[in-house]
Amino acid sequence: MAQNQPDRGQRGLPGGSPRYSALALAKKAMNYHQDWQRAWRDPEPKSEYDAIIIGGGGHGLATAYYLAAVHGINNIAVIEKGWIGGGNTGRNTTIIRSNYLWDESAAIYEHSMKLWEGMTQDLNFNVMFSQRGVLTIAHSEHELREMSRRVHAIRLNGIDSEILGSAEIKKFVPTINIDQSIRYPVMGGFLQKRGGTARHDAVAWGYARAADDLGVDIIQKCEVTGLRRQGRKIIGVETSRGFIKTKKVGCVVAGHSSVVAAMAGIHLPVASRPLQALVSEPIKPILNTVIMSNAVHMYISQSDKGEMVLGAGVDKYNSYAQRGSFSVPEHMLAAAVELFPVLSRLRMLRHWGGIVDTCPDASPIISKTDIEGLYFDCGWGTGGFKATPGSGHVFADLIANDRPNKIAAPYTLDRFSSGLLIDEHGAAGVAH
Amino acid sequence: MLIIPCPHCGPRDEIEFACGGEAHIARPLVENKISDAEFANYLFIRDNTKGLFLERWHHSAGCRKWFNLARDTFTHEIIEVYPMGSLPKKASARTSYSSSWRRGTLAEKAAKTGKHSQTEGRK
Repeated sequence: MAQNQPDRGQRGLPGGSPRYSALALAKKAMNYHQDWQRAWRDPEPKSEYDAIIIGGGGHGLATAYYLAAVHGINNIAVIEKGWIGGGNTGRNTTIIRSNYLWDESAAIYEHSMKLWEGMTQDLNFNVMFSQRGVLTIAHSEHELREMSRRVHAIRLNGIDSEILGSAEIKKFVPTINIDQSIRYPVMGGFLQKRGGTARHDAVAWGYARAADDLGVDIIQKCEVTGLRRQGRKIIGVETSRGFIKTKKVGCVVAGHSSVVAAMAGIHLPVASRPLQALVSEPIKPILNTVIMSNAVHMYISQSDKGEMVLGAGVDKYNSYAQRGSFSVPEHMLAAAVELFPVLSRLRMLRHWGGIVDTCPDASPIISKTDIEGLYFDCGWGTGGFKATPGSGHVFADLIANDRPNKIAAPYTLDRFSSGLLIDEHGAAGVAH
Repeated sequence: MLIIPCPHCGPRDEIEFACGGEAHIARPLVENKISDAEFANYLFIRDNTKGLFLERWHHSAGCRKWFNLARDTFTHEIIEVYPMGSLPKKASARTSYSSSWRRGTLAEKAAKTGKHSQTEGRK
């Protein structure tokens, strides 16, 4: 599996007009950077498209890009209620990894990882993909034993993964506290060196620019208010800017998936919950990797600007409010300060919540529906950012060919009646 | 942070509670033969309303009793608290109950129209 490279599309040179290069930067500097063109157009919606993607987040824009780049379907629109990348794409902690337990998960997240590894070149847009490693910590003997079982399963799927003891962790991450007397002592951990972070906004902008360059219309401030059907067939979408005709609609709306699905009379097994994160004031480099802890639902990394980026687990109740309860980050910060005492006097600058669409088996839905021409890519829950390119790639394939490929096939909506769930709850060091 | 009015203990901080998700989901009776897809409506498919939502809460670090809450998932406003096994009294919450897609599912009908009750079935 690890050997297969995804089809990145037949585009010739990495695209995007204007081309970004050091030379272009120097040239534009002569004119105080006044004459950079728009990175993408702001078109009026046409009356008809071959396909419409609802949702201009990373997944939606990636879907549109791969539809155009790989499948040659260019007459498409991405319809976004707000502005692109303004939802969960801009509200996550930017962690990327592919160390999942089950074969189905390993396949899709590793597919994604391979696309991450070439994304900056593919899009001619620096997404600041940094493979600084993702280290998941175990706080008990049992967790460590369970972790080594996972590490072996992950390695059998051809994905890099290694176990570290607490002394090795201390060597790798000098700021961490490995004192065994703390509430959640560091007993060991597992590391995926190819994991890391990327600049989330750049991912949305890079896909938008490259998709726009291939003729995709990105229509912002346009809300979908209904799905028009003829019998069991989609014939178009009602929007706040009028009716748009189309035969294929891909819904990639994360937390609002149930709302859009209800427009077509479809009910999903999804619950929308707030997921909170926060960043500190910027400080000098103190953390060279991403640290995650399943037991305390904490993940932490340091951005290139120097801010400490911290994320927590989901809140316990359904919400569409893009804010959560204070107790969740409070619990997470208490553990973070114990693990990294150096953080204790750090001030937090910003704090936010995103509405994530969680599934009962903590795995996504990439599926056709019983309405012809209506497709859903949702249920990514707390782990959607890392999947952005892979999700877009296989979803574009599903929309173009009207059948899921091998990677997408297990993620059908039917699994909730067949019982073929992909139970990833906490299975790969993730705070689901 | 929500302040949740426990019907037994009065208003308490949300951290004392556990949320049990959508309320009023009846289990289909064993003797009713419904399809796997219909059973999935009971087991996995959930109302995920944006707006007024009827849900169960458990005062897990208090009196340990379950109760129902009518809460807006967008404003977080709590409209009504009412006991398990009963329906809400406020008109908006009543509408939320009766307009739910679940009322029309075979799974819900199969919870009510069985000839025998579950206990009788076990005899």
